[in-house]
Amino acid sequence: MNRWLPFEWITAIRFLREGRMQTMFIISGIAIGVAVIVFMSAMLAGLQANFIKRVLTSQPQIQLLAPDEVARPLRSGAREIEAALIQRPTQRTLSIDQWQKIRDQVQAMPEVTVVSPTVSGSALAVRGEASRSVTITGMDPAVYFKIVRLPDYIVAGDTRLESDDIIVGTELANDLGATIGDKLNVRAASGADRVLTITGIVDLGNKGANQRSTYVALRTAQSLLDLVGGVTTIDLTVQDVYAAETLAQEIQASYPVEADSWIKTNAQFFTAVHAQSTTNTLIRLFVGLSVAFGIAAVLVVSVIQRSKDIGILRAMGTRRGQILRVFLIQGGLLGLVGSLFGSAMGAAALVFWHGYARQVDGSELFPLILDRTLFIAAAVLATATGVVAAMAPALRAAKLDPVAAIRG
Amino acid sequence: MADEILRLDGVCKSYNVGTPVETEVLHDIDLAMRRGEFLALMGPSGSGKSTLLNIIGLLDRPTSGRLFINGQDTSALGDGELTRLRGHSIGFVFQYHYLISAFTALENVMMPMLVDRGFPSRDIEHRAADLMQQVGLTRVAGNLAMNMSGGQQQRVAIARSLAMQPDLVLADEPTGNLDTKSADGAFELMRQVNRHNGTTFLIVTHNMDLARRCDRIIEVVDGRIQANEP
Repeated sequence: MNRWLPFEWITAIRFLREGRMQTMFIISGIAIGVAVIVFMSAMLAGLQANFIKRVLTSQPQIQLLAPDEVARPLRSGAREIEAALIQRPTQRTLSIDQWQKIRDQVQAMPEVTVVSPTVSGSALAVRGEASRSVTITGMDPAVYFKIVRLPDYIVAGDTRLESDDIIVGTELANDLGATIGDKLNVRAASGADRVLTITGIVDLGNKGANQRSTYVALRTAQSLLDLVGGVTTIDLTVQDVYAAETLAQEIQASYPVEADSWIKTNAQFFTAVHAQSTTNTLIRLFVGLSVAFGIAAVLVVSVIQRSKDIGILRAMGTRRGQILRVFLIQGGLLGLVGSLFGSAMGAAALVFWHGYARQVDGSELFPLILDRTLFIAAAVLATATGVVAAMAPALRAAKLDPVAAIRG
Repeated sequence: MADEILRLDGVCKSYNVGTPVETEVLHDIDLAMRRGEFLALMGPSGSGKSTLLNIIGLLDRPTSGRLFINGQDTSALGDGELTRLRGHSIGFVFQYHYLISAFTALENVMMPMLVDRGFPSRDIEHRAADLMQQVGLTRVAGNLAMNMSGGQQQRVAIARSLAMQPDLVLADEPTGNLDTKSADGAFELMRQVNRHNGTTFLIVTHNMDLARRCDRIIEVVDGRIQANEP
């Protein structure tokens, strides 16, 4: 007998060891349950982290735009409106009023990390007979690349952007049959046109984006879109990406701009993430419940099988509390040992699935995150579940009448 | 009396109290035992012997009447106090040995001391080993119950009942399930312990030959003490 263990622990361990088969089966059941929880939680955490990373590195977290132009009703006097019908005006590509001042003040906000003024508008990219409508984004690469990681998406060339350079999406390059060093004629709606040289081709991970996106230097876009000295948007990144919407509302309330956060513009994505998390929680809950009922069922049977032992122990002076603890410890031990095996199984499955499941481009589907806290949480939760599940059988054991128990 | 270890005053026991099928199985039992006595409790099946033994062993409570152990009135004691008193003052030997199968013979003997002290210790192990030697089973001390004969198991059970040096050992047909030789051996062992250690024994038996070798025979018939003869 181990001299460091008290009576309750020694008895609990011996009971579990003696009922080897029963113990093995329930530990396997718990291990499978815990493995499912660990595998799902780690994989979903990885998938979501990957999605969020992709979303956040391909777009600004907050975008400041010039407010929409509105038509005001024509009034001839107080409460007298002359025109009965007010038509929404067309939205011209306008510069943000006093954007330098707004940029400096937003830059000074502690929550904001990067500020990048950009100019964007539509144009036509022509090469030979082929032409495609494109979106031109003009920016300062030094700051813009901190928001949208274009260098990460480069598939050919580089991200150098002089005044006559242009970076295009892969689909656009294909459609126009162009490659690095080729020239494109870019014509804006204003009538201005410029011949630009392709210096980089990027894959943004989305066919539509790869067909339309082009990037040029800020001044080039300003002259093409007839917005010399102006910018159409100010892109921001923030410290806490999940507080972006609150900050956007604050900025909108303080400055004459419209502020859209990534949370608002990706509402569907958020709904999907939320639905995924809810499903995961439900699955975990039900797996946890079935594990708990499994432990309880095995211990109920154990109490019946051991009623004579309990009777003898009571006859030799064992208190009800001691009997209660013997069975609670068994529940906790089953949960703990099951969770250790389950964590190992879950981690192994995760490593296997991480190597097996790939995205279409061959990159990993999710980052392999084997977070220690997940395993610790699984062990603690499984142990607690075991103790709680053992409560009913343990109480039943503690309440056994020794006379009836010995008589069987 | 100073040497009186057990006294029952007008003990009655009924089952299903307050229901139409209330049954009184013990009627007004008066009984006293002196320290060091070796008593046989006899009676036909269903006469109330086991109920009486359970009440004396503090495993069951009387419906009315009082039970004194070492002069202490047990009727006012709570469950915890009764359990403690039982653990310290009373040892049990049952007909079917009832060793705890998950433990070895030696560990079974250690058990009452382990329950009382909470942790195993060298003292406990030495005391259990001494008892195993006393019952002549040192050789099988490491065996599990299933690897011992009925006679050996009963000897282990006797050793276990003595672990806490109790004032009183209650044995419920301890030889009932053994062959004649083993039964005689187990009985003699208890008699020896009684003579050498002065431990009081109350033995339920159907065997008249064994009963005659006791100091006194108490006969229970239909829940009443019929005879109380030396």
